Amino acid sequence: MQDAVLFTPQLKASPIAEILWLIPALPVAAAAVTALLGRSRRKTSATLAMVSLSFSLLLSLLAFAHVVSGWAHGAAVRETVNFTWMQVGMQVGTQSGAGSVDLGWVLDPLSAVMLVMVSFVSLLIFIYSIGYMAHEGNFTRFFCFLSLFAGAMLGVVAANSLLLLFICWELVGLTSYLLIGFWYERPAAVAAAKKAFLTTRMGDVFFLLGIVWLFAQTGTLLFYNHGAGSIEPTALAGLLAAPAALGLTAAGAIGLLIFCGAAGKSGQFPLHVWLPDAMEGPTPVSALIHAATMVAAGVFLIARVYPLMAAGAPLLATGVLTQAGRLAAGTTTALTVVTWVGAFTAVFAALIAVAQNDIKRILAYSTISQLGYMMAGLGMGGVAVGLFHLITHAFFKALLFMGAGSVIHGCHGEQDVRRMGGLRSDMPLTFLTYAIGMLALCGFPLLFSGFWSKDGILEAARHWSVARTPFYMLVLGVLLTAFYMTRQVAYVFFGYWRGSKSAQESPAVMTAPLGILAFFAMALGLIGTPAWPWFRAFLDGRAVGFMWRGFMEPGLLTLMAVSAAVVFLGLGLGWRFYGGQAPRPEEPDILEKTVPWAWAGLRGRLYVDEFYGVTVVAFYRWWARAADWLDRRLWGGVVAGVASLFGRWAGLSRFLDTNVVDGGFDKGCEELGVGGGLLARVQTGRVQTYLRILAGAVAALAAILIWSSRS
Amino acid sequence: MIGQITPLIGYLLVAALVFSIGLAGALTRRNAILVLIGIELMLNAANLNLIALWRYGPHPELLTGMIFAIFSIAVAAAEAAVGLGLVIQVHRHARTTDLDAINRMKG
Repeated sequence: MQDAVLFTPQLKASPIAEILWLIPALPVAAAAVTALLGRSRRKTSATLAMVSLSFSLLLSLLAFAHVVSGWAHGAAVRETVNFTWMQVGMQVGTQSGAGSVDLGWVLDPLSAVMLVMVSFVSLLIFIYSIGYMAHEGNFTRFFCFLSLFAGAMLGVVAANSLLLLFICWELVGLTSYLLIGFWYERPAAVAAAKKAFLTTRMGDVFFLLGIVWLFAQTGTLLFYNHGAGSIEPTALAGLLAAPAALGLTAAGAIGLLIFCGAAGKSGQFPLHVWLPDAMEGPTPVSALIHAATMVAAGVFLIARVYPLMAAGAPLLATGVLTQAGRLAAGTTTALTVVTWVGAFTAVFAALIAVAQNDIKRILAYSTISQLGYMMAGLGMGGVAVGLFHLITHAFFKALLFMGAGSVIHGCHGEQDVRRMGGLRSDMPLTFLTYAIGMLALCGFPLLFSGFWSKDGILEAARHWSVARTPFYMLVLGVLLTAFYMTRQVAYVFFGYWRGSKSAQESPAVMTAPLGILAFFAMALGLIGTPAWPWFRAFLDGRAVGFMWRGFMEPGLLTLMAVSAAVVFLGLGLGWRFYGGQAPRPEEPDILEKTVPWAWAGLRGRLYVDEFYGVTVVAFYRWWARAADWLDRRLWGGVVAGVASLFGRWAGLSRFLDTNVVDGGFDKGCEELGVGGGLLARVQTGRVQTYLRILAGAVAALAAILIWSSRS
Repeated sequence: MIGQITPLIGYLLVAALVFSIGLAGALTRRNAILVLIGIELMLNAANLNLIALWRYGPHPELLTGMIFAIFSIAVAAAEAAVGLGLVIQVHRHARTTDLDAINRMKG
């Protein structure tokens, strides 16, 4: 795929690229100021967050416009601003950047699209949060964290250095932790926050290893640096030449390590367990961080280092490069792994979503599943395919989460879909927008963005040269998605009200963002249809034109028809089971009655958590116990031995002190006392006695002198 | 001249006599003032010795003995003043000048 990229590196960055750093810096600054505000300054904190993010959005749009205009003039824009962060005393034999760690930011189609998406969705969710968190005591803290998150996420997107990306990546992880545990008085929220932090850390360890390895190999962590960046052809050639274990090149091994980090953040299969639990956080957080932006960071990361992942892929003849820009890319080990993990996750999470009852948990598993789609799309179809689904998903999943938040808000905190029902008439605006989001997620044909982006992935899967299985898996995923979303909507909005207190529509500050997002959930599909693959051409830096011929590609219409049929099948099945008469909360689910054995497994989330409980957690418990035993017995024994040795030594010293030193001193004093007493007897106090002695002494002296002079 | 009229031994005998009288007074008297008088007598005996030994010494023209004696008298006067002051203080304090009764510094 990299042959299609016609980016001309510009030596002089444009003014908008020069100030690109302001986009992440503004929300971070807002967060810093908010952190210093008192709890009572609710309005100030919200205003600060809004204003800073609005400026970020404005700058992002300007940057986007700049990239689009450059592209329209035939020059794909990739402008970088790099600077040396620190010198290190190491010389690695590459052309530049040797012995220094550089940071920087990049303005190219990928970052421009992501910047606009992130700042736009964030701004909508900020507005929504004002309504959702209106009764929250820690309003300022919430906006502080939210601003910090937005800044860090924009930093991830704008970074031109893997290190800077990693720094922002970890900041994003931190804010995710802080926001999941926002209601820290709930034990479940605290546990979920810890789980999220630790699970993503598992992936990040490998990510960091990959970073270090990449730096050791190429001597730079910049992505693009006028030909000397770490994912530009010169460095990639070096990476391909360097062998690693198991028949991988260094490029492939580093790619896989980086994918581990991406899998942790994006909730891919072995590390997905934290994401459903993360729903303990406030719903705007779930919408922003755990649906639209942060979890997509992993997908974005793979898209960013795509040249590294795809390095060494056997290039196909240009004849396969069709007009619509779809091509079956040659593949590498790293991309194959990405594909399989993504496809498996897509089906796996969709299966679990079928049997969940918490409105947000259903969406969480749906998010995991859709992230699997994105990964598979990246693996099989390249950056544009995966990223298009990322963008459309960000909008409709944010919409769904905010709709769910609106439902929860309207139902006074109830999250169990079995205790809802019939909200169609009580919350018409929420219902309308939620239905749009749901249809977009299912991939309802033609009108909704999800259809086009998912179709792109299916199309890429159909052409994948390695295996056909992922294609069938993804089609199955589409069926399941339509099914569980129908189930959820039927539970929540149809039937009759099964809760206690009647529901009410949310305020306009919450429904207005829903409307805007609903519009984009439909309209965004237009930029990625086969007839006008604007998005894809934009990312690849190729020219684009409108042509109906795009649909005429062999098999494409069939695929669309099949996909549409599968969606309808899913919707129909869902409606057949749940339409009209959803069961009461006490009654078993309809599926439970039909296939109890499967239901139990799915209800238990396929026992992944339990599996980790008896393996990883149990191992750590055992390990901690062993360490504890070692600590108490072995090290404790050594310490106690040393302590008792010193105790004995001290006892000996004390014995010597009392008996030898003190005894001798006391004896001496006693003797002196006796001597003094004797002498004191001479001191009668009678002066004349003294004088008498003196006179006697003088007389005796005189006598001696006289007597001695005689002789 | 005068020295040839009276030999040195005469002065020394007188001085020894005066010293003995003073010593006897200082040792036997109970009254502090009388003890002081005895001490003064002994001092004067010493002065007499100084003068006599100077006058009959090898350099009678140098006035050393006389100067010495004058210093000694001056010191004795100061000492007497101090001594009497002490006695007065002791009397005020102890209501007596009996030396046997003043024995509070006994070891």
